[in-house]
Amino acid sequence: MSIYAYLVAGYLILIGSYGIVRSRHLVHAVVSLSVAQAGTYVLLLAVGYQRAASAPVFGSTTKPNTGVVDPVVQAMTLTDIVVSATVTALLLALAVQINKRHGTVDPDDLAALRG
Amino acid sequence: MTALVAIALTVVAVAGTAVVLADAPGRQAVTLSVFGMTLVVLFVILQAPDVALSELGVGTAVVPLMVMLTVRTMRKDRRQRGHREDE
Amino acid sequence: MNRLGRLLLFALGGGVVSVLFVLATFDLPDFGSSIHLYRDLAVPAAVQHHTANVVSAVNFDQRAIDTFGEETILVASVVGAAALLRPSADESERRAPDLGRTLESTRLVGYVLMPVTLVLGVDVVLHGGITPGGGFQGGVVLATGLHLIYVTGTYPALERLRPVVPFEVAESLGAAGFALLGLLGIWTSGAFLGNFLPLGAFGQILSTGTVQVLSALVGLEVLGSMIVLLSSFFAQEISIRKAGADQ
Repeated sequence: MSIYAYLVAGYLILIGSYGIVRSRHLVHAVVSLSVAQAGTYVLLLAVGYQRAASAPVFGSTTKPNTGVVDPVVQAMTLTDIVVSATVTALLLALAVQINKRHGTVDPDDLAALRG
Repeated sequence: MTALVAIALTVVAVAGTAVVLADAPGRQAVTLSVFGMTLVVLFVILQAPDVALSELGVGTAVVPLMVMLTVRTMRKDRRQRGHREDE
Repeated sequence: MNRLGRLLLFALGGGVVSVLFVLATFDLPDFGSSIHLYRDLAVPAAVQHHTANVVSAVNFDQRAIDTFGEETILVASVVGAAALLRPSADESERRAPDLGRTLESTRLVGYVLMPVTLVLGVDVVLHGGITPGGGFQGGVVLATGLHLIYVTGTYPALERLRPVVPFEVAESLGAAGFALLGLLGIWTSGAFLGNFLPLGAFGQILSTGTVQVLSALVGLEVLGSMIVLLSSFFAQEISIRKAGADQ
């Protein structure tokens, strides 16, 4: 059962993509994209985890030679969380303007976007 | 793999499914906030306090607020469009 | 492509990718194993630069160029979103109606919690090098703390408390300061974003060299970005009206 964490991460990415494919509202698609991104965070942190190790912050209780989990994946994940919030905001702003111009946000009805 | 990590992972998977299967975007804002909370608990269990702090501020407060404001803006714009077409 | 065709295509592609993913996870190191090659390199390097929070050291010292790229993406997205949400030619911004009343107890909670949250946010930013925290987290905490005024008060109060232009300036100053400090690094230590400030004792607040300064600049920038974003969304919903509408 040691692959359960990776499977949960893969499941989150899959269900987020399924939400985007089947959605009837652009905002629903954007929120499902957030779920898929959360799956990648879980995968990164699961790769860096070590049993019986502590957080990668040293202080008065953890001296600098104790075992810690991987700090590189945590650094990648934490900047990604904040930056993808602003990218989500950009997508939501696009959805607002599409609603103003076309009166609908159903992806199946937005004929102007069809190639 | 301790029981705590396994339970946290399962709760995250269930919350993620709930977010995707909620069809109304207004309802999704609240489930997204709950999903963010479950992620914070999972990140703390996986010994990542910095990541948990990030996700707490962003996933539970900022993104659901923007989703709610977007949904209300769309509703207001559609109502105004309906009024102007009636004139 | 109609809906059913889209779902079938997704079922096919998603099925293949899932099978490949599960097969790949059997070859990964076990969840919780002790093989972490990057950690064995990153932690001693952070301790050598007297940084107690190794994640901040990776973000602002060892791989500061990645953080530079990420915060540029942040500035670009905020510029794009703010430009998309500006009132267009046939819309105008009018004064927000003073709707709704909050309970006295809610207002009291707001008065008490807002300064506490702001101080906590500044603390998270400043102690980024030695405790969990840093610019990204502290900036978000500060921005949401400011919006407690909206949750427990009124929208006109929020508008008075956060004039948008100073926060736009703060965002640009944060991004420009980051780049300038990197260029100073070339001049003093030969590497872009090199750590050239003096290092102090391990665990003190001014001990980490440029990590502290870069973290504070990123905190300023994230605060400005979040305020600009949220104010654009609020303005769209509350105060922008089509010209000639009577609502």
